[in-house]
Amino acid sequence: MARIVVDEADFDVGAEIAVLTAGRTDIGGIGCFIGTVRDTAPGAPEVAALTLEHYPAMTDKALGRIVAEAEQRWPLLGCTVIHRVGRLLPGENIVLVIAASAHRQAALDATAFLIDWLKTKAPFWKREDLASGEHIWVEARDSDDAAAERWERRS
Amino acid sequence: MIAILYFAWLRERTGLSEEKFPLPPGETTVADLIAILGERYPAAFQNRRSIRCAVNQEFADPGVVLRAGDEVAFFPPVTGG
Repeated sequence: MARIVVDEADFDVGAEIAVLTAGRTDIGGIGCFIGTVRDTAPGAPEVAALTLEHYPAMTDKALGRIVAEAEQRWPLLGCTVIHRVGRLLPGENIVLVIAASAHRQAALDATAFLIDWLKTKAPFWKREDLASGEHIWVEARDSDDAAAERWERRS
Repeated sequence: MIAILYFAWLRERTGLSEEKFPLPPGETTVADLIAILGERYPAAFQNRRSIRCAVNQEFADPGVVLRAGDEVAFFPPVTGG
């Protein structure tokens, strides 16, 4: 049901939504998140490009599990996760998450859940290639862990 | 024998994407393997708090016991999305 893609190629958001909704009249709300490459952060050197590395065999399993978890928690009618890898320039797309449901809250919550868990549980790594020629591996942020943590179920 | 994979700066600091590794006799945990690799690649395994491990493509704690044929991966905390 869900469409999960990891590829160097760019994605077309409109085309992806069209694929997800083709022939369907039961969808009432579609949530969408797009992550893009930015070239600046306060106090940081200028980024010329971002290189995305991943662990292919584990990425497939991890994304499959994250999507399955979302499908279990919300009544989704469609779901798309696309993550690009390789060298990406500022302004380019990195990641697309789409979640469709009968109502907006499930669609919006599932979208937030999917990107929050993807950022902390799927094996991708970002390397910033600086304008100076050096490169820096992006460090994981505590705020991302906190964002993912809010979806953990307490028993 | 196990396969060890390295990603991101662990790949750069070991100079390897992948290697084969013979398990020593007796029980070897992820923590034991990290200790062995830390001697071999001190620059890569210096900051152990910044290293994550997966065994057979699943996140693994230091106490996980390794078995012949396992695929063990070491990498920094993930930063995709």
